[in-house]
Formats: sequence, C-alpha cells, structure tokens
Amino acid sequence: MQVPAPFEYERAASVEHALTLLRQLGPDARILAGGHSLLPMMKLRLATPAYLIDIDGLADELGYIRVTTPPTPPTPPASGRPAAGAPTPEIRIGAMTRHRALLESELLASRVAIFTDAERVIADPVVRNRGTIGGALCQADPAEDLSAVCAAIGAQMVIRGLDGDRVLDMGEFHRGPYQTAVQDDELLVEIRVPLRTGSGSAYEKVDRRVGDWAVAAAGASLSLDDAGVITDAGVALAAVGMSAAGAIAAAACSPVSDQRGSAEYKRHVAGVLTTRALTRAAARAGATAMKGVPA
Amino acid sequence: MLVTVAVNGREHTREVEPRLLLVHFLRDELGLTGTHWGCDTSNCGTCVVLMDGEPVKSCTVLAATAAGHQIRTVEGLEVDGRLDPVQQGFKEQHGLQCGFCTPGMMLTARALLDRRRGSDEPLTDTEIREAISGQICRCTGYTTIVRSIRWAAEWETQELANTQ
Repeated sequence: MQVPAPFEYERAASVEHALTLLRQLGPDARILAGGHSLLPMMKLRLATPAYLIDIDGLADELGYIRVTTPPTPPTPPASGRPAAGAPTPEIRIGAMTRHRALLESELLASRVAIFTDAERVIADPVVRNRGTIGGALCQADPAEDLSAVCAAIGAQMVIRGLDGDRVLDMGEFHRGPYQTAVQDDELLVEIRVPLRTGSGSAYEKVDRRVGDWAVAAAGASLSLDDAGVITDAGVALAAVGMSAAGAIAAAACSPVSDQRGSAEYKRHVAGVLTTRALTRAAARAGATAMKGVPA
Repeated sequence: MLVTVAVNGREHTREVEPRLLLVHFLRDELGLTGTHWGCDTSNCGTCVVLMDGEPVKSCTVLAATAAGHQIRTVEGLEVDGRLDPVQQGFKEQHGLQCGFCTPGMMLTARALLDRRRGSDEPLTDTEIREAISGQICRCTGYTTIVRSIRWAAEWETQELANTQ
C-alpha cells in the first residue's frame, strides 16, 4: 500500500489566498493542482511536503483557453497579415486547464495543433480528466510532453506572486529535471502562446505502450512568409535531455540508457522524430499560409 | 481533519487524515467496497469513480479534494433495484470474468454514454476503446467489454426513441 507521508492540508479559495498561504507556510508547502504528478511522487516518498495547498477550487478561475486579440483584424492590410509592429495575437491558457480541455479545444487544434498531437499521447483519458497544464509544467518531469510543446512554440509563462506577475520564456522557466523558475511563494497562473500567421506545429512521440512516458519525443513549430520561406522555427525534445533539427537535435541531446531503451536508440529516435515533427509542422504552416493568401 | 463528501447522492462526514486517498475513504470509511483498489499508481483504473460525472482514478485523488464534488461509485449505478443499462449490458454480453476491473469499466462507460446522450452519431467501437484505454482487464481481451458498452448504448438510444 502506497501512502503519502503526513502533511497539513489547506484549500485555496482564490489565487491571492493561495499566494498568501505560500508566503505564510514557506518552502515546505507545495501546490496541489490535478495531483497526478505530485500525489504519485508523495506515495513513493520522493516528495514529502509538510503542507499541501489544494487549488482544486481554482479550476474555474484558472481553467480557460482564449484568444487575446481577434486573430483577424477588422481591416487587414492588403497582404492579409498584420502590419509590422502590430501585437501578435496570443492564446492564453489558464494553468488549471485540464489535459482533456486542451485535447478537445478546437481553437488549439486549428491554430496550434502541437497541443492536440501531444495531448492524444499523454497518459490516458481518465488521467487527462484531472491532470492540468500548470501542474505538468511545474512538475517538470524530464519526459513530460507539454514542456517540449511550450518550448517548441515559444510560449511564455506567467508566474504570479503577491508582489505582481513575471513573464518568462520557456528557456528561463524550465531549469532542468523537476526544476523551474517558480519560487516558493509564487504560482504559475497562465501560459501564453503566440499566434503567428502562416505557422504550423506538430508533436511526435515514441512510447513503449499507449499512455507511457516518452522513450523520446520531438515538437516542432515553423512560421512561413508568403513566399514559403521559413521565418521562424522552434524544435524541442522530451525525455532525452537538452536539445539544439534532425541530426543536430540528435547530436545535441543527451539521453541516458534506462528500462525504456539505450541511449543510442533514444538518440536515433530523437533525430527521426525531430525530422517527422518538422515535416508535419511545415505542412501545417503551408496550409495555414495558403488560407491567408487572398484569392 | 473533518471532510464531507457527497457519495451517490448522500453526504458523509468523517474525521480523516489529510493524506487519506478517496479510494480508501470509500472502502474503509464508508464500507463501499465496490470500488476496487488495484495498482495504487493511477495505471490500472479499477478504482475509477465518477467525480461530477467524469471518471477519475480514486487512488490519485485525496478524500479532502473530493469534498465539494459529487462522487458516484458502482453502488450508485443501480436505482431502486433496477440495474443501470451499463450493468445490464455487462450481464447480457458477458462483460466480465473475474470482475476486478468491472466497477471502473462500468463507471467510465456510464460517463461516456452520458456525454453522448442525444447525439445522432452512433457510438463506435473506437470511441469505446479510447474511453476505456486507461483501464486494464486481464481476462476478457476487452472484446466483451466493448460489446457490453455497445449493448447499453443501443438500449439507451432505443429507450430515448421510445419516449419521444
């Protein structure tokens, strides 16, 4: 029987209440979101927080997927693209948005399909009913999929403290396995995903069986201009360490041999998946760009 | 700590440790042993119950978190001595052998049918298999489980047509 070590339990009634509790209780307190990363770690006694602050009650307040500015301005320039210097529209995802909502979001499927690709292969439908994007990103498991997704598409993380918000790129947010830039008295509240015209993204994963952690996985994002030239690209890998596309990614990653495969096999898989994800991202970017081209 | 959890439409208040998991609250505190306790690692799915109508693995939810939500267990499927169509389907189509995974399978099936209620599209085997993909059965090879859920779906579609 797996039982977590004893802890004191608090329920947060609001984001501010959660932040106040975090400040009061100090570094021995942990946030409990969907619980599907933290509770298993606590059962194995790999995590032994003295206090749990349950933010289950914030699921409505922090559970949303919405576009900040209209994706198509009322009077688009002749090119069909926003004028230079116009703010890039964003999709904003609340940190308590559950995996299932991400998987079922038509907005994400049509604009940032890398989320849909990844969510199809994250755990199973029942786990996806509880697990949250914020919980997954803050757990920062090295084989966790959404960290690679957010890195590939250049998402930004909004971290809130009692003194205000900080907005970090994924590169600054994700510090390594199980480590993020979120301080003891802070809470990840939102994920911001830039919406670029003519962009596409994709996620590829190899796992040993359905719902398992990745042996290796690759996410890719590309933006094309009207001529079909790539203007921006992002590649990120999961489960194989830090990366820099195909062979470059394979050479740059640092997998370790474990029960899911040898380092050599994982390096090979990382390269193949990067190429596949880039190819699919390019096809999706092309499709989006074609839609943006006036007839 | 004192927690009050609504299970099968009735509120139960107990003094429990914050670390008590919902599966143990149901089995040990309330004596509702229909919810089975299997792998303890949110892999096998035999502990699945419905939380506000959606399947969750009760070995990975604290009883304290469940307070404020509506929990439905296998004991809450039958109403007034009448089996839920999902239970009837498992009986008609031999959806179980040892029965260990059955409570979780039936609750996930119940949620699937509830979500699709009124849909014009017939339920496909792929949808059923996807829905139960977080739950493991070591006896049936899943074929009879899928058949049982399809039986319940068809029965309910027929029922709905009859009442309209």
